[in-house]
Amino acid sequence: MAGITLDKVRHSYGPKPTNDEDWALKEVSLDFADGGAYALLGPSGCGKTTLLNLVSGLLRPTEGTILFDGLDVTDATPEARNIAQVFQFPVIYDTMTVYDNLAFPLRNRGVTGPDIDRRVREIASMLELDGMLTKRASGLTADGKQKISLGRGLVRSDVNVIMFDEPLTVIDPHLKWVLRSKLKELHSRIRRTMIYVTHDQTEALTFADRVVVMQDGEVVQIGTPVELFEKPQHTFVGHFIGSPGMNVLPCSVEDGVAIFAGHRVETINAAGYRGGAGHVELGVRPEFVTLADEGIPVEVIKVSDAGRYRIVETAGAGEIIKLLLPEEDAVPEGTAHVRFDPAHSQIYENGWMVNGAAS
Amino acid sequence: MKKIDNNKAWWFVAPVVLLVAFNAVIPLMTVVNFSVQETFGDNVFFWAGVQWFEDVLRSERFHAALFRQVMFTGLVLLIEIPLGLLIALAMPRKGPWVSVCLVMMALPLLIPWNVVGAMWNIFALPDIGLLGRMINGLGIDYNYTRQPIGAWFTVVLMDVWHWTSLVVLLCYAGLVSIPDAYYQAAKVDGARPWAVFRYIQLPKLKYVLTIAILLRFMDSFMIYTEVVGLTGGGPGNSTTFLSIDLVKIALGQFDLGPAGAMSIIYFLIILLMSWLFYTLMMRGEDR
Amino acid sequence: MRARSLIPIVYILFLLLPIYWLLNMSFKTTNEILGGFTLWPQTFTLENYAKIFTDPTWYMGYVNSLQYVVINTVLSVSVALPAAYAFSRYRFLGDKHLFFWLLTNRMAPPAVFALPFLQLYSAVGLFDTPWAVALAHTLFNIPLAVWILEGFMSGVPKELDETAYIDGYSFPRFFVRIFIPTIAAGIGVACFFCFMFSWVELLLAKTLTSVAAKPIAATMTRTASTSGYELGLLAAAGALTIVPGAFVIYFVRNYIAKGFALGRV
Repeated sequence: MAGITLDKVRHSYGPKPTNDEDWALKEVSLDFADGGAYALLGPSGCGKTTLLNLVSGLLRPTEGTILFDGLDVTDATPEARNIAQVFQFPVIYDTMTVYDNLAFPLRNRGVTGPDIDRRVREIASMLELDGMLTKRASGLTADGKQKISLGRGLVRSDVNVIMFDEPLTVIDPHLKWVLRSKLKELHSRIRRTMIYVTHDQTEALTFADRVVVMQDGEVVQIGTPVELFEKPQHTFVGHFIGSPGMNVLPCSVEDGVAIFAGHRVETINAAGYRGGAGHVELGVRPEFVTLADEGIPVEVIKVSDAGRYRIVETAGAGEIIKLLLPEEDAVPEGTAHVRFDPAHSQIYENGWMVNGAAS
Repeated sequence: MKKIDNNKAWWFVAPVVLLVAFNAVIPLMTVVNFSVQETFGDNVFFWAGVQWFEDVLRSERFHAALFRQVMFTGLVLLIEIPLGLLIALAMPRKGPWVSVCLVMMALPLLIPWNVVGAMWNIFALPDIGLLGRMINGLGIDYNYTRQPIGAWFTVVLMDVWHWTSLVVLLCYAGLVSIPDAYYQAAKVDGARPWAVFRYIQLPKLKYVLTIAILLRFMDSFMIYTEVVGLTGGGPGNSTTFLSIDLVKIALGQFDLGPAGAMSIIYFLIILLMSWLFYTLMMRGEDR
Repeated sequence: MRARSLIPIVYILFLLLPIYWLLNMSFKTTNEILGGFTLWPQTFTLENYAKIFTDPTWYMGYVNSLQYVVINTVLSVSVALPAAYAFSRYRFLGDKHLFFWLLTNRMAPPAVFALPFLQLYSAVGLFDTPWAVALAHTLFNIPLAVWILEGFMSGVPKELDETAYIDGYSFPRFFVRIFIPTIAAGIGVACFFCFMFSWVELLLAKTLTSVAAKPIAATMTRTASTSGYELGLLAAAGALTIVPGAFVIYFVRNYIAKGFALGRV
């Protein structure tokens, strides 16, 4: 087990990166604490798999160092780093039985017979694979194969970190849930560092204690699921997490108060804003927008039912503002007024939250 | 893919069936016809029963040709399959050189077979051929037109030259279809190169290797034109394989009965071997 | 890493050596060839090529060969297309047996069929025409084309067909306008293989022709046996037979690997 530190790591797939576009991963420094459950979340092509492969050692970073428990492993092979990885598509050794598949990483490392047997049986029962140990692995279903991939990672008792690269992509929807809770359960049992890459916010938020949100090769925020929801440090995080995403509205700031469409809006951070050349926006989640008797006048344009609540889409000052309305409340017709919760409204400059790091 | 039951599909295959039947069934009937009759010319035939089959199966000439054929096919498979696999493994997977490599390697496959024979005939001549000169230059007495061993060496080398590329291309196609994740997983699992080959590459190549072995078995068992162009079956009968012998009997001596019987035995051997091999290789697979 | 990339390089050099020797011979005069061993032409001559391009008995050989090869390719692929479609989409009475029977024809030694073919095509009056050779070569090319095309077609989801029917396409229109363009690569590969096997085969081509439709390969064989040692001429003719092959490989270069796996990788 180990804590993992990335120090000023950058990576480019091309030989000579010149401009910003060439970097698949822009400069990243972060710590994965020992025994934590992390998720790397972001859209396709945001660099999360690159980051994962840098940690596992399948890629060598163009710049920067990677430390395991303070030890520099930048040039170490995946094998030397002693890590485990589960891939998007199940990787199994077709010709071997389930048992041999699980034993393979141990045999490669020269573990002896009785130890292998004990570990394999232990892991198999943890993953509920005990009944099929003598079966050929190629005959299993997709989720069974993915369990084997996972099992090969778990079978070594000393792995530093287990990594998952969108492991549920090929799994049937009803089994995804089962495997996800299995993973969560395994983590609390063995307390190994786990890093889970996904573009699915539900997977990330339910699995991880801390989520690393990435965009365009950059880490935009690291935080607990609650932090990501309540204090998105970047408008991208606001958009990407939550359904529907955060309302992001153009605004200006006068005397420490945000002005949207001629209305003063109380926020948590506008008071400290000293003004600048950047593009200023106001962010508020639909959860914190309420209908009111007075406030910003809007036009109701669309209502969609989401079960326990309804998503109301309104238009005000040429912008779309979404809000959540409890099921029992009446939907106003035509014009209405909305109010933003001051404790959950914040302003952003060039996408980044004003005074974000300080708050 | 789930297929739909539809017997009207026969209309789609009818042209193929008609053409192939015309080309396969009629000539095959002719051969069967020859094989059970005796003729003294003038299109007068007598029933001969299984007489020709017995004769062929007992004839030393057939045994010798069959023995040479089996030796040749065995040798060629033993060299070409591992060599082709090795070259495919050593090929670059991406980059501009891949296309160049593939095109160069495919070149021998598109040369008419008699030209292959003629080309090697010139290439291996001890006096004016490059290969012949080189071998004799090493102090080895080599003349494929006089020495059976030299002739065998040349014929096998020619076949390796001609057909190893087929094995390379098939294996290469199989190798590039293995997803990167397999190699990465193997690295993470600490697998040595040998284990990667044994447990990842070889199993994934099983299907293409089966095709390669089948094709090479069939084609080397039927070899005719190249050998005729190179050695003409000689010196003596030392490189007279089944097809060469059959053509000598059928078109050279017009011994239609024995030729017919031999044709059928010959064809059956290929069918039986191919079927056996394929069933063995694909046992337990649901392809 | 270095040693590894050496393997393909050495192999390709080995492949090129005999071809180089053939080219080398083709640019030499007969005197030089018989006069002794030289690594490259001392007196470079194009005479051998000039002879081939001016003498009809020579250049007509190429024309004849190309004629039956093209007829065979077009014929094989066009009848194989609907058949491969049927095998890839439908289950019908005897489909598996039929497919297997077709493949067994690929295992038929040409030597077995040479004499019966001679009689058959003489009987139907096609002897010594390009059609005889083209038809005879369908024996092994049709099964091959069906097999390759079936492999490529099975890779196309059936939903494509269904969507087209829902959009109101009739079957023939769907097949020609949508399906054929979708498997264009497969058709290219099938054509390549038909061309290749018809181009390289000689035993049947020689048996089924005498004068009018004689393939280039047969012209060469005759030269080799009758006019003694005209090695330079023979080498030039041989070198020219490599050209069409090199030409068609260039077109399918990106599909070569997949093609040789017969569309099944």
